[in-house]
Amino acid sequence: MARPFKEILSSGEFVVTSEIGPPKGTNIEKMVHHIELLSDKVHGLNVTDNQSSVMRLSSLAACHIIKDNGGEPILQMTCRDRNRMALQSDLISAHVLGIHNVLCLTGDHISLGDHKGGKQVFDLDSVQLVATVKALEQGKDIGGNELDGAVEFCVGATATPEADRMDSQLLKFRKKVKAGAKFFQTQAVYDMDMLKKFMEYARQFEVKILAGILVLISPGMAKYLNANVAGVTVPQELINEMAGAEKGKRLQKGIEIATRQIKQIKEENICPGVHIMAIGKEEIVPEILACL
Amino acid sequence: MIIAEQKPIQEIKSMIAGYQKVLVVGCGTCVTVCMAGGEKEVGIIASTLRMALKLDGKEPEVIEDCIRRQCEWEFVDELKEKIEGVDAVLSTACGVGVQALAERFGDKPVYPALNTTSMGMPKEHGFWIETCRGCGDCGLGKFGGVCPIARCSKGLLNGPCGGSQDGKCEVDKEMDCGWQLIYERLNSLGQLDQIEDIVQPKDWSTDRDKGQRRIIREDVKV
Repeated sequence: MARPFKEILSSGEFVVTSEIGPPKGTNIEKMVHHIELLSDKVHGLNVTDNQSSVMRLSSLAACHIIKDNGGEPILQMTCRDRNRMALQSDLISAHVLGIHNVLCLTGDHISLGDHKGGKQVFDLDSVQLVATVKALEQGKDIGGNELDGAVEFCVGATATPEADRMDSQLLKFRKKVKAGAKFFQTQAVYDMDMLKKFMEYARQFEVKILAGILVLISPGMAKYLNANVAGVTVPQELINEMAGAEKGKRLQKGIEIATRQIKQIKEENICPGVHIMAIGKEEIVPEILACL
Repeated sequence: MIIAEQKPIQEIKSMIAGYQKVLVVGCGTCVTVCMAGGEKEVGIIASTLRMALKLDGKEPEVIEDCIRRQCEWEFVDELKEKIEGVDAVLSTACGVGVQALAERFGDKPVYPALNTTSMGMPKEHGFWIETCRGCGDCGLGKFGGVCPIARCSKGLLNGPCGGSQDGKCEVDKEMDCGWQLIYERLNSLGQLDQIEDIVQPKDWSTDRDKGQRRIIREDVKV
């Protein structure tokens, strides 16, 4: 049995989480392989929720499989696909299935995914979703009705340390803290100075912030992130470093960079932990962890 | 104002192709201002249809008119005689006007020539933008006169999402991030404290979620 994530967060240990992407379809072989590979190596395993607005196996089902494999799942929930009734219903379901960690996110816009003409929801936003979890913990739904059995969660949210309009992003961050978020997993960070600057501000709050580490696999990926993903800036020197590696050894270079950054975060005590994302290449995560 | 744009002419043509005599009727209010369905556009649409149908070997009679407003009975009733003499009506008004004609002239098929998109205004010449969603519970006072429901692509109430970059929205790099506008406006007014507290989930019962919205005022009934 995995240790509850809540306990890890308060233990003072350097926290390491990673992420699983559910399949688009019923073939869970690869996902289960990733789960088996990582479950006992990290403190928590996130499962993305229809990531990038692409329809997939649900986060809830995948979290259940992680639980069955002895891992500690972190249920990602976005506000895009479900209204307040469905979100609360799924939170109760997660609790009943033994899933007690939830990461509340806004969710990408539906037009960015594979059902562009669908009707998106956003009945709640991420701040309100955090507050909803806290309400359910008090034994009431957000309609004010009594529950027959309250939920229990360790509630997290996200932050963007490299956002270009930081003031408005910090407003949202403060509201998530106020709503009851206990931990944050950040958007991918590559510029350690920006991360430090964000942490200078964030440290005043009693929350654990895990720095998002997205492993680069090619210089092209770095350029793509800079051009297309809001709140992510890969510094030119890292792009050069990736480009300088021989073809065929670039993934290795990405692993080296990620490892170096995680070590720096840990040794300089910049953040109390990291969240490692290796989208589709989860096999490399143990190698990164081995260097810690 | 209500903003609309013309449907593709092929779609319009396919709706009226089976009729011998058709009235194309415009509206002199919003759709005239947004240059989609006023007198001038009625003329263009009618002429285009005549030519397109002729190429198909058909020669229907397409007549034209434009009234001041298609959303008030007073003006709609001016069309009575003309509509009695045609087989179908093509309205270049917004969806409100099309439905008013359909309700008033129960025995005539009425077709829309426009797609009604939103409530908003011309931001500059040739550029119309949605600014109000008509949610039924206006919060503009709180948000510095910038609506998060209409101008944030996710309708968020507590601040920008992580998709906001360079003041633009993740949906379209040419579209302003509504929350950045709210933040900057309140900052310049020295009223940022107004959005520091958590905004509770919105009560959507004033929106579409209680069915068709109606206002009944006994004090002004005759």
